[in-house]
Amino acid sequence: MVAEATAAASGIIRSSWIVVLLPVVSTVLTLFFGKRTPGKGAVYGIAAVGAAFVMSLLILWHFVQGGGTYASQVSWFSIGPFHVEVGQYIDGLAAVMLVVVTTVSFCVHVYSLGYMDGDARFTWFYVVLSLFTAAMLNVVIAPNLIQLLVGWEIMGICSYLLIGHWYEEKENSDAAIKAFITTRIGDVPFMFGIFALIFATGFTTSNIGQIGDLVKSHELSSGLVAAAALLLLGGTIGKSAQFPLHVWLPDAMAGPTPVSALIHAATMVAAGVYLVGRLYEIFINADPWVLQVIGVIGAITMLGSALMALVQNDIKRVLAYSTLSQLAYMVAAMSLGPAGRNAAFFHLFTHAFFKALLFLGAGSVIHAVHSNNMSDMGGLRKPMPVTFWTFLIGAGALAGIAPLAGFWSKDELLVSASHGHELVFALMLATAALTAFYTTRMVILTFFGSYEGHGHPHESPPSMAGPLVLLAAATIAVGFLGSPLVHAPFFKWVFFEEPETIHFVAWIGLVGTLAALGGILFAWWLYAPRKERDPLRALGPVWNLLERRFFIDDFYMTFVIYPVRDALSAAVYWFNQRVLDGIVNGAGLATRALGQVVNLFDRGVIDRGVNGVAGTAGATGGLLRYIQSGNVQRYMAFLFVGVLVLAIVFAKLV
Amino acid sequence: MIRLPFVLFFAALLFSAGVYGVLARRNAVMVLMAIELMLNAVNVNLVAFGSELHDVGGQMFALFVIAVAAAEVGIGLAIVILLYRNRESINIDEVNLLKW
Repeated sequence: MVAEATAAASGIIRSSWIVVLLPVVSTVLTLFFGKRTPGKGAVYGIAAVGAAFVMSLLILWHFVQGGGTYASQVSWFSIGPFHVEVGQYIDGLAAVMLVVVTTVSFCVHVYSLGYMDGDARFTWFYVVLSLFTAAMLNVVIAPNLIQLLVGWEIMGICSYLLIGHWYEEKENSDAAIKAFITTRIGDVPFMFGIFALIFATGFTTSNIGQIGDLVKSHELSSGLVAAAALLLLGGTIGKSAQFPLHVWLPDAMAGPTPVSALIHAATMVAAGVYLVGRLYEIFINADPWVLQVIGVIGAITMLGSALMALVQNDIKRVLAYSTLSQLAYMVAAMSLGPAGRNAAFFHLFTHAFFKALLFLGAGSVIHAVHSNNMSDMGGLRKPMPVTFWTFLIGAGALAGIAPLAGFWSKDELLVSASHGHELVFALMLATAALTAFYTTRMVILTFFGSYEGHGHPHESPPSMAGPLVLLAAATIAVGFLGSPLVHAPFFKWVFFEEPETIHFVAWIGLVGTLAALGGILFAWWLYAPRKERDPLRALGPVWNLLERRFFIDDFYMTFVIYPVRDALSAAVYWFNQRVLDGIVNGAGLATRALGQVVNLFDRGVIDRGVNGVAGTAGATGGLLRYIQSGNVQRYMAFLFVGVLVLAIVFAKLV
Repeated sequence: MIRLPFVLFFAALLFSAGVYGVLARRNAVMVLMAIELMLNAVNVNLVAFGSELHDVGGQMFALFVIAVAAAEVGIGLAIVILLYRNRESINIDEVNLLKW
């Protein structure tokens, strides 16, 4: 029986590419038939992603049973000696990511039924949502860098389209442009990183596994590998919104909330972290300072964005900064070696569930009170019980309360940092306390106290509450997959080089819990007696510093955007007007002159020729007309002349 | 015995008079008569060569031509009569129907 099940599972794993194909199919169907389908086409996306979800679970089951990695590919295109394949590479990590992406995507697809109900571009929303899912799944299973890049860029454009979904308001389209350009600044180095790696292999392969082996055996130039790693890191910094390119993610909250849950919390932003882990062979075998750079970036983002989350009024922005901070946890852990990498992936796994849950919960609240501001909320515990309890579970997980998912993964991160990385450990602990603080603040301002907004908030429809319950159940359950109490099966699926055995370290669990509890109690003490003025405003200049986001956005405005906009764009405008337009206009004038020449030739030579033929024929006819007079005697005269001529001719010939 | 060249010369004169009559006369009847002149000039030639070469074919051909000429004049005069009935004229200049 077990053997049969394994055989079935390995059959599934061979066709993992279908998981990617399903949302592609639903994208096409929704695009072309969506508006004519009852329910405006949401059914395609939900069905396809649901099927993909079931397939992903089956693929994961293969690894649960101890199955091995599977890779297959077919030729895509060749440039001289350089062959590019397209295919699938499924290991435990990819299987776990498939489950994460399809679960969250499925929940978001269902949730959007309620949240986007009545939206003018409902069908289009589902088109992009499905396309995004396909792109992310493609990144997950991509066996080579080129295929990965394709998915990576499609995600970028989908993110742009979805952030700017309500583009009628300038603020939203500005946010979309900001997100797109900021991630692009990271993507350009990323692309060059890929080129550098392919170049380093002498244009023989773009396969991630092969490049990893080459790097490991030090067959590639170490300088080039370090440079490539640093360039690839640019992609991670852009997509995962790490310092200094973190500025786009909070603004991306202008998009519809389901989008924030799917793209800007659970999947796309996690792709940057996934990339580092997937290419870990390159990062860990490059010069050590590369990992240190990763660590520094992670540490800065982790603490900085947790601090910024403290002062936000917009509930989605709190979650956005929290996402930055949690992603930075993972990035920082990546710099700690294989154990850190595995812990980071576990955190990525659990974070996807509870952060999607929190975003969808926040969406439910926003749907009810028609405002993003927590100052318009309060006391929603009573009218929205489902949202409240599920949100509380998510918040508990984020704060790191045992036995919810966030506790176990944060514990693993702390354990991985506890071996000789005291500074990172301390920063993680501080961030954990801050996380607990702002999470509690958010929960209190939203659900406790008295209602400050307008109208009568009500519980969301089942299509929105259902995914919340599903994700809440997942948030409770998935933490145990990496829990040392049950021998941490997660780390037997996702590992670097060899499976890891996890031991529970009592004092770290205790310290982590204490940090979380400290943050929660302090926040409770500050916020439970609700005040008109936020108690943290007492911090004065520090509050200002945090509210202005450490002046980083202002810095970019002053030193990057304005110079680019004013000077560079003026120069480009001049170049465009004078040079490019000159060339275009010149080409136009030349074409017109040529046209005139051709016109003259046409009229003068060709038309005249044709008319001449006609005229000659006419004139000849006119002349010949006189011969045909109808006068019999004249005809006779011609006849006689003719006979005479013939007679003369024959007489001479004979 | 009259020598052949004299006869041929006479026939040529006769033929030329016929040609002149055909081309220059206005009266349709006169044109028909001129055609008879030309035919008879040919007949003279046929008979002359027949006698010179001791061949009876010449005289036989002359008899055929006379017969055909009689028929031709019959049809020609009929046409002239119809012409006169329709147009009250037999002036050939006024009949320019032979054109498209």
